[in-house]
Amino acid sequence: MPDVTLPPDGLIAVVKRDCPTCVLAAPVLGELARRAALTVYTQDDPGFPESVPGRIDDTALDVSHRLKIEVVPTLIRLERGREVERTFGWDRAEWERVSGLAGVGAGLPAAQPGCGARNVEPGVLERLKVRFGETGLAARRITLGRDEDEIEALFERGWSDGLPLVPPTEERVLRMLQGTRRDPQELVGLVPSDLAPATVEKIAINAVMAGCKPEYLPVVLAAVEAVLEEPFAMHGVLATTMYVGPVVVVNGPIRRRIGMNAKGNALGQGNRANATIGRALQLVIRNVGGGRPQEVDRATLGNPGKYTYCFAEDEEDSSWEPLSVERGIAPGKSAVTVFAGFGLQGIVDQKSRDPDSLARSFAESLKAIQNVKIAPGCDAMVVVCPEHERTFRAAGWSKAKVYETLHALTRMPAEDVMPGAKGIAEGNGAAKPGTMVNKFAPNGLMLVRAGGSAGMFSGIIGGWAASGPRGSSPVTKEVKP
Amino acid sequence: MTVILDPTAERSVSSRPRLARPARLDGLTIGILDIAKARGDVFLGRLAERLREQGHAVKQYAKPTNTRPAPLSLRQQIATEVNVVIEGLSD
Repeated sequence: MPDVTLPPDGLIAVVKRDCPTCVLAAPVLGELARRAALTVYTQDDPGFPESVPGRIDDTALDVSHRLKIEVVPTLIRLERGREVERTFGWDRAEWERVSGLAGVGAGLPAAQPGCGARNVEPGVLERLKVRFGETGLAARRITLGRDEDEIEALFERGWSDGLPLVPPTEERVLRMLQGTRRDPQELVGLVPSDLAPATVEKIAINAVMAGCKPEYLPVVLAAVEAVLEEPFAMHGVLATTMYVGPVVVVNGPIRRRIGMNAKGNALGQGNRANATIGRALQLVIRNVGGGRPQEVDRATLGNPGKYTYCFAEDEEDSSWEPLSVERGIAPGKSAVTVFAGFGLQGIVDQKSRDPDSLARSFAESLKAIQNVKIAPGCDAMVVVCPEHERTFRAAGWSKAKVYETLHALTRMPAEDVMPGAKGIAEGNGAAKPGTMVNKFAPNGLMLVRAGGSAGMFSGIIGGWAASGPRGSSPVTKEVKP
Repeated sequence: MTVILDPTAERSVSSRPRLARPARLDGLTIGILDIAKARGDVFLGRLAERLREQGHAVKQYAKPTNTRPAPLSLRQQIATEVNVVIEGLSD
């Protein structure tokens, strides 16, 4: 920690040249230096103020930090090592009170507000807190070797998902934690498979590595909380041989505040918030929970979304209520919904102009998830593109009507799904001839509107074979500051 | 030198040696755990039958679902009731 020694008695002033009020008050500092014991610390230009010959260079800002300066100029009076008076900005009456001298600054205006101090500027304050050992961060410190490449070092330690990580320095983690009001040591939950505690701080470290901005952190925290809810069955989602991983859908005002993409290429690359929020969640599972591929993660193929799978719903132009509202969150609130899903299967329909035809198109495509012979199958999220939603809207179809129609149209005769039917051994052995079999559980479909304004290309995100209460159910959590 | 914060749960790897396998099963109670994968019950049921034919004491258990770890109460029950466990890990 830096050793800061202050004079035990007398006046102290902290100034910077890049402050018009300090420049205004510079002659007064010269006057005080002649009339009393004054020590001036300068934050930016060691040559300022010229009026005080014995000024002290505090461009390292150690004295300013120690004195908790927030505004310059600040004038302080010390007696026997204790601060007894303080004022900031230029205010003649105040400077006379603090200095105990009358008639200072004749000819200057009576008062002028000061400027922000250098030591509390964003980026600077974090560096000072690290230097003074005041971060309050609990995580183990790891000192990289002098000749070690930082990016390679993170790969070597096994923390990466395969892509480069941002080194989680103390300064970066402190800045990340400014994205939330939550206490860094608050326990968010126990992460499988190790059931290891994830604190806000641990999640922030992984969010730094993922490339998040501090303002994304509340969304990451909500997503972690959501996957750790018991109904999501994160352990099973991780451990299964099937393709699935957490898919994160974001609703509410935070989408636009942090610049998420709900429009063209919403499920693709190129948007920092979409990309890094989903990645941070996966890094928490990997690093805090110990869930690594070919270890507890037993996925046969996995899917590219296990790097990151996060997008926003396009609520503004939709005729439907947002997914979060449908799932019980108040309108206008921000929320995340997590779904154990995989990949993207297209629904290409450029010819349907009436909702019945389009719904049939959707249903036929939905029947094919996993295997057209597997029914009941898994849950599914349908990402409806704007041009398809327009067709339902024009006909006045509510979300409820679309759900009801899709459920009805995806029922199949038992004869079609029994083992051996269509010359395929796979199938539902419990299906009774003469009956109809549901492809989806009653609440097994979710509609989300997203995508560019051109293109009649919706998409299906298939779920886990163990969808629903016996495996994973979607979970929605409000995003809290 | 760069100082970074550990993103992991900071668990030093503690390797615990496995219990030695018993040379013989005579006199031991054998637990069989069905993890609820398709047809696991058929295979494990047949195994239990054959072990009983050979005169072994066998207790059979089942997880409620293959998608979650076994409930703590079941794990405790197995640990207190049997000497060795045979578990079907997948279908």
